[in-house]
Amino acid sequence: MNTQATQAKRLSLGPVLYFWTEDQLREFYNMVADSPVDVVYLGETICSKRRSLNVDGWLELADMLQQAGKEVVLSTLSLVEADSELGLMRRLCENDHFRVEANDMAAVQMLAGNAEFIGGPTLNIYNTRTLNNLNNLGLKRWVMPVEQSRDTLNDFRQDMADGIEVEVFAWGRLPLAFSARCYTARNHNLPKDDCGFRCLDDPDGMLLNTREDDAFLVLNGIQTQSASTMNLVRELDSPDVDIFRISPQSRHTDHIIQIYHKCLQGEMAIDDAVTVLESLMPTGPCDGYWYGQAGMAAGCNAA
Amino acid sequence: MELVCPAGNLPSLKAAVNNGADAVYIGFRDDTNARHFAGLNFNDKQIDKGLQYAREHGTRVFVAVNTYPYPSGFSRWQQAVDRAAEFGVDALILADIGVMDYARERWPDLNLHLSVQGSATSHEAIRFYAEQFDIKRAVIPRVLSLKQVETLINKSPVPIEVFGFGSLCVMVEGRCYLSSYVTGQGPNNFGACSPASFVRWEETPAGLETRLNDVLIDRVGKGENAGYPTICKGRFEVMGRTGYAIEAPTSLNTLPILADLHRIGAAAIKIEGRQRSPAYVAQVTRVMRAAIDACQRDPDNYAPQQDWMTQLASLSEGSQTTLGAYERTWQ
Repeated sequence: MNTQATQAKRLSLGPVLYFWTEDQLREFYNMVADSPVDVVYLGETICSKRRSLNVDGWLELADMLQQAGKEVVLSTLSLVEADSELGLMRRLCENDHFRVEANDMAAVQMLAGNAEFIGGPTLNIYNTRTLNNLNNLGLKRWVMPVEQSRDTLNDFRQDMADGIEVEVFAWGRLPLAFSARCYTARNHNLPKDDCGFRCLDDPDGMLLNTREDDAFLVLNGIQTQSASTMNLVRELDSPDVDIFRISPQSRHTDHIIQIYHKCLQGEMAIDDAVTVLESLMPTGPCDGYWYGQAGMAAGCNAA
Repeated sequence: MELVCPAGNLPSLKAAVNNGADAVYIGFRDDTNARHFAGLNFNDKQIDKGLQYAREHGTRVFVAVNTYPYPSGFSRWQQAVDRAAEFGVDALILADIGVMDYARERWPDLNLHLSVQGSATSHEAIRFYAEQFDIKRAVIPRVLSLKQVETLINKSPVPIEVFGFGSLCVMVEGRCYLSSYVTGQGPNNFGACSPASFVRWEETPAGLETRLNDVLIDRVGKGENAGYPTICKGRFEVMGRTGYAIEAPTSLNTLPILADLHRIGAAAIKIEGRQRSPAYVAQVTRVMRAAIDACQRDPDNYAPQQDWMTQLASLSEGSQTTLGAYERTWQ
């Protein structure tokens, strides 16, 4: 019976979801090496055409971050379409230094019974029977799907297997959907097969507004995200969560990590943190999912 | 190549059977299936009648229990599995690993299919379900090109069912939270996309507006048809231009590539639309039956008849059809 988190709460940094240049990535991860995050997820999870770094390049970064004291996890592609993508995925899954975050059942199939793994937020794990079943196959940490609530998590805690860590997506634009179609290319009137890598222009994705000028969604290649930024800094004392994930954005990620860290250490008042954090969001906040409401709802637990 | 048709109620089931479906798929009247709409689906008495009617005509019946239960609701999905098994249906279409685990343990002889909601887009993902739960068929999401479907079929451990006609999900099925982001309810956790209770239609000086939980999804001028406010088919502004930033209202139609689907070994063609009328089901089933028969008789000389295309276009969203992801240029 695993009723609550036992260890000290940790911070993780999710994989970079956008297409950044090699220089941007290296500069970013040099910052991360000196930051107070405990766990770093590395790798391209959105589009296999994005190759600022190849597998060896990612592994090199992984070594650097591990030497800096981080727990490093390699993240796999979320939507698999081509056989060549399975080949790359297999290389990640068969590496013998780092654990892997499976973001698709193909990766689970490669890892099951062979290595301990992390179940990423895009795996459809909606109930304890599913979670425990995957635990039997090697899942040791579970990143809860973003549409699930704290009450659901609490229900999971009632009879989930011992030794599974729980991580939640605490900060960032929410990953909402994946498609065969590249919306970045579509909105540049380019075919996906000749996209010109225009997603490099949008280091935080491409904003989609309603016709009433409300920032609504963000197009990130084949992925659709929320325009609003999830922020669970008020929930750092949740007894059911072991690890809080910060999803990288092109600016201020260092500052965001610092604030979450200070709040976890009790060195900063939460209300002050909320004020600063909201000024660091590309558009507005949201937190509805965590409170069992529409994902776009905001301020559901305002003090 | 089998024809699998939707039935949201008994008249639709009969329409599908009468017009040549090899199998029909149905759901129970709750959130255990992905067409959880008011007034739709089957109670026990209707299932009994439907099964009897289908069997008399040699048509098989599949039951979709293809949403994702939270811990608190899990027993409802167990009951749905039990009911389907006790009725002796020909297959159960499942998405959730926990539900599959239960079905396999409680009903070891039950024929299990992996639902499109299971998001399996590669032979490795399908192999997982085949090895763990002995599934006998997988329905694949509408995200692969024809070439990729061919590769997957060649390597898949089980036969593959593909979508042939109907409303087009442009996102990977089972991985789309757009509806729950806006309303709290979506395909995975509620069994419906853009639930009707959140939809509002409003005449304004600027035109007819369609909203989902107050978010403006589209606004149409006079003479334009207002579609149902599905988020991915709305009109939005991106980089200063307003338009269908994700996809226009359109339906998938595979008549032009039916011979290719036959050649690459698709085991079954699935028609979307349990929420549609019996007349719709009858017409689509009739056209697809004729097309599949023509294709199987003489695949080398198969070409869709203009009349079939016209009929299906008239039944499509926005009166438009597309090959969707099967065609690389759509992507």
